Amino acid sequence: METDRVIEKLKENFDKEIIEVVKKSERRATVSVNPDSILKIAEYLYKSAGLRFIIASALHTKRGFEINYHFSMDASGLVLNIHVILDKENPRIESLSNMFNASNWIEREMHELFGIDFLNHPNQEKLISEGNWAEGVYPYRKEFK
Amino acid sequence: MSKKTLIPIGPYHPLQEEPELFKLYCDGEIVKDIKWETGYNHRGIEKLSESKTYDQVFFLVERICGICSTSHPFAFANAVEEIAGIEITDRTKYIRSIIGELERIHSHLLWVGLAGHFLGYNTVFMWAWKYREPVLDLFEMITGNRNSYAMFRVGGVRRDIEDGKISLIRKIMGDVKSKTDLLTGAVMDDPVIHSRTKGVGILTKQDVIDYGAVGPTARASGLAIDIRKDDPYAAYPLVNWKVITAQGGDVFSKAEVRLLEIYESISIIEQCLDRLEKVKGQDVNVKVREIPEGSGTGRAEAPRGEVFHFVVSDGSNSPVRHKIRAPSYVNIATFKKSCIGQTISDATLSLAAVDPCYCCTERMAAAYDLNSGERIMNANELINISVRKTNELKKNII
Repeated sequence: METDRVIEKLKENFDKEIIEVVKKSERRATVSVNPDSILKIAEYLYKSAGLRFIIASALHTKRGFEINYHFSMDASGLVLNIHVILDKENPRIESLSNMFNASNWIEREMHELFGIDFLNHPNQEKLISEGNWAEGVYPYRKEFK
Repeated sequence: MSKKTLIPIGPYHPLQEEPELFKLYCDGEIVKDIKWETGYNHRGIEKLSESKTYDQVFFLVERICGICSTSHPFAFANAVEEIAGIEITDRTKYIRSIIGELERIHSHLLWVGLAGHFLGYNTVFMWAWKYREPVLDLFEMITGNRNSYAMFRVGGVRRDIEDGKISLIRKIMGDVKSKTDLLTGAVMDDPVIHSRTKGVGILTKQDVIDYGAVGPTARASGLAIDIRKDDPYAAYPLVNWKVITAQGGDVFSKAEVRLLEIYESISIIEQCLDRLEKVKGQDVNVKVREIPEGSGTGRAEAPRGEVFHFVVSDGSNSPVRHKIRAPSYVNIATFKKSCIGQTISDATLSLAAVDPCYCCTERMAAAYDLNSGERIMNANELINISVRKTNELKKNII
């Protein structure tokens, strides 16, 4: 029930930005959205709907760079994945870290491992390999050997 | 500050025996800023996982953390079983929950011991670790290993708990309970511990929400989040237990939550043992054919909080992407809130209070002078400061 309500609300508020909604079960759902709208959608989920940001997972696929932002609705056990696909050549997306600190580290990590740029990140420096890894080499990209 | 002055000493924290590097920037005795560097021990486990089969990944993720070594396989099993739509048997659920709760007991006892040591209460340290020992013996008896139990597999567990072992588990649980009474009394009634831990390293509810902190760190600030309740898995929805919370947000509240959780864990184990006797003869494994294409989310409540695994499968025998988030990843970031503005001796305690698991991180605790950038203290000296403060308080109070 809660899951339907959250998805309905999202559709109501961001109809134009939503590309696809996949509800796998009562406690798992994925909503694919337009990357430009990530800040608005995350703000709605965090501030209005009261969801907790768990983490984000980046993937490098044939479609480009994909990020799943995982949000948790602790009252109902729902894990809501907000899925975006970024440009292959120049992956960039607005940072969420000015809104909550929970995404600060993971955005730095994705920047470092995948080379995704987070616009307006408060301090997008290296998190894991400070001082011991070459610039511009991204170990979690598929072409990395 | 120039990087040249950041000379790390020794690969491990002498007390917690794990890699870490905190930089406390201090002005006199007051911590002005804190920086944390991770990655000295970055093992690339997410990447490694892509080269292993689903059966092998269990052994890999088990090695993320030595103390909560079953929480990662737990979350990974939940994720893979979600992709493949596997329903595990009740007997498997009970066995998995028993292992998970035994782990919580030994992990919380370990933390109580370390916290005692930080405070200069080495008797608490010795006691807690002594009483933790029988729990490790139980692990050895049930799983064959004291650590890294290798109990989980897709669709089941590797070993059953035979009937003959149940009475011994009950007996040891009874012993642990009475010893926890002793420890809880020692901590909750001691005026020196009260004055050292109350009001120290406070995280407000809003800080917890902002940083996305989880586990006892969140529950000690009054936020009742627990994956076992919120997103129930294994046997947790089948037994009665409650989520422990405290309101203070300080070190004392965190200790209180952990100590009281030990009792809940014992109760869960006892109930699971009762039920185990009712599902005799049930298989502990279901047949798993192949893992289809798709993605799955697995969560488990580790002793330190929510473990999160996101697994993407392309239908082959190994994951194409495996994202792992350990609870300390979000809990450690809260140090920026809990330590700044405190004295060095209290900051040392606040750093330990989230029970950080440094497996993904760096080397040594060291304090730096705000102006010159010179290293002025190492971890042992920090602990000594904390111990000195306790001793002074003891003189005044007792």
